[in-house]
Amino acid sequence: MHDRPQIYAGLLVFLGLISFPIWYNLHAGTSSKGPEPKLPVNVKQCVAPTSYMRTSHMDLLIGWRDQAVRNQNRSYVAFDGKTYNVSLTGTCLMQCHSAKADFCDRCHNYAGFAAYCWDCHVDPKQQVARSGR
Amino acid sequence: MIGRKTFLRLSGVSLLAVAGRKVIAALTAGGSAAAAPVTRWAMVVDPGKCSKAAEGCTKCISACHAAHNVPALSERRHEVKWIWKEPFDRAFPSQQTSYTEAVFHGKPLMVLCNHCNNPPCVRVCPTQATWRRADGLVMMDSHRCIGCRYCVAACPYGSRSFNWVDPRPSIRNLNADFPTRTKGVVEKCTFCEERLAKGRPPACVEACPEKALIFGNLEDPQSEVRGLLRSRYTIRRKPELGTQPEVFYII
Repeated sequence: MHDRPQIYAGLLVFLGLISFPIWYNLHAGTSSKGPEPKLPVNVKQCVAPTSYMRTSHMDLLIGWRDQAVRNQNRSYVAFDGKTYNVSLTGTCLMQCHSAKADFCDRCHNYAGFAAYCWDCHVDPKQQVARSGR
Repeated sequence: MIGRKTFLRLSGVSLLAVAGRKVIAALTAGGSAAAAPVTRWAMVVDPGKCSKAAEGCTKCISACHAAHNVPALSERRHEVKWIWKEPFDRAFPSQQTSYTEAVFHGKPLMVLCNHCNNPPCVRVCPTQATWRRADGLVMMDSHRCIGCRYCVAACPYGSRSFNWVDPRPSIRNLNADFPTRTKGVVEKCTFCEERLAKGRPPACVEACPEKALIFGNLEDPQSEVRGLLRSRYTIRRKPELGTQPEVFYII
């Protein structure tokens, strides 16, 4: 057992290398940070409860898309009885989330997700809107 | 215990009841399906009035393109068209004689999607991305369009344009109220369905200084379009194809 020091040194180097991403993230301070989307200031309630929007906002938006484009129904009665105009840019962005960069993009970028909604739908904040990809 | 006779009698009565219900349902359904639509949007184009406007008037085109974020692409093979000018002999190839040539010489003729009653584009679309609404509008759902361009080939009027390139960089003033399109989908005139939903006429109709574009409901006998169709002689583009266009031209 004359190789004990070499073996332990090698193991230490191996463990150090394999756990490098953990140390790196701890040092950068990014691992514990969530996406932190900026919430609207003057509006307190979304068209659906926050928990639903967090998990299923795409279900709602696809429903909106179908009812407006295919069935010409452009009004949506929310769970709290309020009526909204069915429009991604007109309602979601213009009425509440004034900049998609501060809200939509923060989570989507964090999750590494590129939404193609913005290839067509316009973010009024971006004068010459760049595609979301 | 039910006897054989009673069982047969009961079965017969039950079968009759089921059959009777089906007959009644079929009769009532037939009655409601036969009801005529309340609205049938159509347009009448008056080329005579159009030519009265100053030479090179393109107000309807500008209004349409501004409202719908239609890109101004410099390359002709990438061109996206909703409403545009076409020479008479190309808009009405079968109507062309040496006399009509003289009458219509130099006159601009506005052409757009005809919102056919029997639209060939709808028939060939494999995803139902384009379909005919109950009020006659031939609508386009870019979400569903897969870019196969069957509809472009099927439309005998050249009213459909394919986005060969990303249109965003070529849109001069982006209108946030209307989505742009993306590379790989087909687009066309929608008779401004987003404005009709708010009770407003199409953008081209509103913008025309000579009132050469008249829009209205064909199902309403009192409407302006019906009045014009009664009093003036109108033709439609390529009626021999059986597409039943709903854009009429006063000749």
